[in-house]
Amino acid sequence: MSSIPIEYYLILSTFMFIVGVIGVLIRRNAIVVFMCIELMLNSANLALVTFSSYLGNPAGQVFVFFVMTVAAAEAAVGLAIIIAIFRNKMTVNIDEINIFKW
Amino acid sequence: MNLQILLFVILSLIAAVSSVMMITRRNAVMSALFLILNFFALAGLYLLLNAQFIAVVQIIVYAGAIMVLFLFVIMLLRTDNEPSILNNNKSLKYFAIALGAFVFIQVAYLISYGRPSRKLTPNEELSVKVGTIQNIGKELYTNYFIPFEVAGFLLLAATIGAIILAKKKFE
Repeated sequence: MSSIPIEYYLILSTFMFIVGVIGVLIRRNAIVVFMCIELMLNSANLALVTFSSYLGNPAGQVFVFFVMTVAAAEAAVGLAIIIAIFRNKMTVNIDEINIFKW
Repeated sequence: MNLQILLFVILSLIAAVSSVMMITRRNAVMSALFLILNFFALAGLYLLLNAQFIAVVQIIVYAGAIMVLFLFVIMLLRTDNEPSILNNNKSLKYFAIALGAFVFIQVAYLISYGRPSRKLTPNEELSVKVGTIQNIGKELYTNYFIPFEVAGFLLLAATIGAIILAKKKFE
């Protein structure tokens, strides 16, 4: 760990976050958009664990634990919402799901 | 060559390539499988950072539970492949990619060449001690007890919400 500069981890984390943002912007499948959000959460987790480990402070790793809890809850509720929308509209393409648009 | 650097290069390359592959596959199942590969590479990186507990939880909770839920929903809904990722709204999507690359270069430049306010001197023994399950468990049940209970309540609320949402049609 000590032989690897902290910047490498942070740049990897940034790269994964940007890839997640681009995925949210260019994909049309609602489930894949959800998976890109999970990718962004994981890149934030990587940055938290990196700082926690380099500073020797457990707070970052405890926060990662809570982020994982929230991600699990978010995935459960989000997928339930997607299933409910699929029952109504028979599609998960976010270009066709525009029931709030007027 | 140092084994740590070698492992870091391999794991970070797997993580970066699998994340790019994930957003470019047209089939949603392939996207999910590449995301699982990405999670495994991240778990390896956590081990490299001496965060043993987080590495195990990453595999059990993310690669195990959450991604199985995703795959289950993908296969349940039988969604058809997207015709092409960059087909409609082409200019807007190229703009999104260019903007993302621009922001990435900016942030990477700042991380690499920005003047750090304090030089970090990592302490290997301390970080090994911090990442153990005993230490994280002690923190969770002492300093972070109320957030821990709130997280349990959040999971209960999410379970009930998911059941109610998936039970019947929107009225």
